[in-house]
Amino acid sequence: MDTRLSPEQVTLRDSAASLVDKLGPKSVQQLDDPERIGKLQAAVAGTGWHELRAPADGWAPLASAVEVAIVAEELALGLADVAFVGPTLAAELRRLAQAPAAASSETVAFAADLSTIACVAAGTAPPDAVAVDVGGSKTALLCASVTDGYRLVGARPAREAHLGVDLTRTTAPLSMEDPLIPVIDQGRIVTEEDLVRWRAFGLSLSCADLIGTMRGAIRLACDYARSRRQYGVTIGSFQAVQHLLADAFVSMEGSRSVALHAAWGADALPADEALAAAAIAKAYCARSARTACEIAIQVHGGIGNTWDCLAHLYLRRALHSSDLFGGVGASLALVREHHGIGAHSGLR
Amino acid sequence: MDFGDSPAESEFRLGLRAWLRTNNPGLPPSSTTDEYWAGQAGWHRALHAAGFFAMSWPTDIGGQGLPSVYDVIVDEELAAAGAPPRPSVGYLVQGFLRHGSDGLKSRFLPGLVSGQERWCQGFSEPDAGSDLASLRTRAEREGDEYVITGHKVWTSYSDVADWCLVLARTDPEAPKHRGLSAFVVPMHQSGIEQRPIRMINGVTREFGEVIFDRAGVPADNMVGSPGEGWSLAMTIVSHEREPGELGYVARYCKLVNELVDQARGEPTRYGEEALRDLSWALIEAEMLRLHVRRRLSDRLDGVSHGPEGSVDKLLMTSVEQAVGHAALSVGGTASGTRDDTWLKVYLYSRAQSVMGGTSQIQRNLVATRILELDK
Repeated sequence: MDTRLSPEQVTLRDSAASLVDKLGPKSVQQLDDPERIGKLQAAVAGTGWHELRAPADGWAPLASAVEVAIVAEELALGLADVAFVGPTLAAELRRLAQAPAAASSETVAFAADLSTIACVAAGTAPPDAVAVDVGGSKTALLCASVTDGYRLVGARPAREAHLGVDLTRTTAPLSMEDPLIPVIDQGRIVTEEDLVRWRAFGLSLSCADLIGTMRGAIRLACDYARSRRQYGVTIGSFQAVQHLLADAFVSMEGSRSVALHAAWGADALPADEALAAAAIAKAYCARSARTACEIAIQVHGGIGNTWDCLAHLYLRRALHSSDLFGGVGASLALVREHHGIGAHSGLR
Repeated sequence: MDFGDSPAESEFRLGLRAWLRTNNPGLPPSSTTDEYWAGQAGWHRALHAAGFFAMSWPTDIGGQGLPSVYDVIVDEELAAAGAPPRPSVGYLVQGFLRHGSDGLKSRFLPGLVSGQERWCQGFSEPDAGSDLASLRTRAEREGDEYVITGHKVWTSYSDVADWCLVLARTDPEAPKHRGLSAFVVPMHQSGIEQRPIRMINGVTREFGEVIFDRAGVPADNMVGSPGEGWSLAMTIVSHEREPGELGYVARYCKLVNELVDQARGEPTRYGEEALRDLSWALIEAEMLRLHVRRRLSDRLDGVSHGPEGSVDKLLMTSVEQAVGHAALSVGGTASGTRDDTWLKVYLYSRAQSVMGGTSQIQRNLVATRILELDK
């Protein structure tokens, strides 16, 4: 038992942090700077981070879920407006299905509430499904029911729409005109157990995003509290402000411990235990992140409620990551079912 | 990054699990009855004699000399077996290890670690709580000894203690943090009166107050140098804030396991609110278990106590009070039953945000030492 990051993991973290520090948005206006976004996308594409879950020997992943979580956290910390979670989830699905890597950038499609992967019985894309974290992806994977499980099919995200709360990652409905594209050379049928494992992996990834979001919101609010002056002193010198930020920081530290365990468990634990660990982490992280981001807005006072303050970008990103694979309520239901205390919702 | 057991850790875990099958004393939940506190000394000695206590302390004082992560394995197995938590004496040991002379360490640590000698800690006073440095208990040099006069309160286990680590003012002229020194004072003497304090859940054997009326202590029993008392007190209280040092993971996980069993046994009896409170208690306790694994792993780098102890104290408090709320929701207020165990667990949980430094003081420390908001 040694939960410290390895030297290689520390290096990965530092390089992700420095890339985002250089190319992430520093203001709300910079979200509309296509040149910066292009550089960020190219830089991330050049790192190979989208391929961390591509298959290596015997269909094992190239890198562990912990490494994926390390990158996700640093991207969220810097509000990186670049696709990562979507392509990584798509690569993981292909790996589980023993299918070759996608020819071009690809993401995944979820049911409209973002809690589960979109599923289709036949023919066309489900009308209420959405592709998440679209970025430059031309296709989004979803599941088509067959006997004993699922085959993967691709749908085209609609070109125009940006839906949802998150201003740093794009969500789009699926095109109803384009036909579904079967994934060729799928080595095996995706089973329910595969989807449990994939969900545990996805939950741990969304937790990592929430940790980064919390860290970013707390950092932003602490910087403000150290510089904003009222009554002749910085507002950070008031205990009433200090205690809000201390609470946010403490819940972030607790979140980090459960989220790291969930990421480790996504590879190391049996599927049902991995999902239970991930549900515990998600309930804790989602609750903590919303509160931490709300505190960051409060500490900024009136400014925190304006469009131009970065604080709402963190809150929005947290709300999106919270919804992805289910938030507090869905995660509590999983915890209750796993421990046999009264939930009746299905595990999947 | 590995949350799993190494082969050696796994072997240790199985050995402890087997031992617990026949050696669990089956005491009532901690802090709910005086019977629990009366049985603690025997449990301490039994755990130590079997090699399952003092895992990470040096072998020459009776420790096992292993990495700190073995402590959390002990906590997890104690909880799984429904056994009492390990005794919370680690913070005193850490204080001695850092500030005590070799002579004091070899005289006192083996007895403290093995449980053969019982200890209490005389820090707080009626007028010195959060502002500990304003304490007024005096220690005056008279020949080869110091004479101690003053009033200590919230002194855990003072009723059974053989020794008290007393923080007293030796230099009334010095600034308040610099005039303090620490002493190992023998409790069995005529200058000391011990009075129990009855807490809100009725227990009388955890906390006491101690009146020192010209109690004597050999000058050689001073821990560290004259004036080193504050620094020693800060070492001790920062360890006192660490769940890994206190072994509380075992206590919380055991209580949660028992509440979950009770709810599972009668699935239709409990409403949504009770089951939601119980789910959060389970999640919080699991968070602390994993958090302690992380903190104890960090110690492999030699990282010891610091302001992050305040973070851990606040996390531990949120767990204790979530478990308390679940105990209240599932166990009720004992209106229709003679068994008020869960009510006592709930009432006791309110103390966690006060003892060892209030949650308000911990937040001050997080805000100023970690977030640097006063800069």
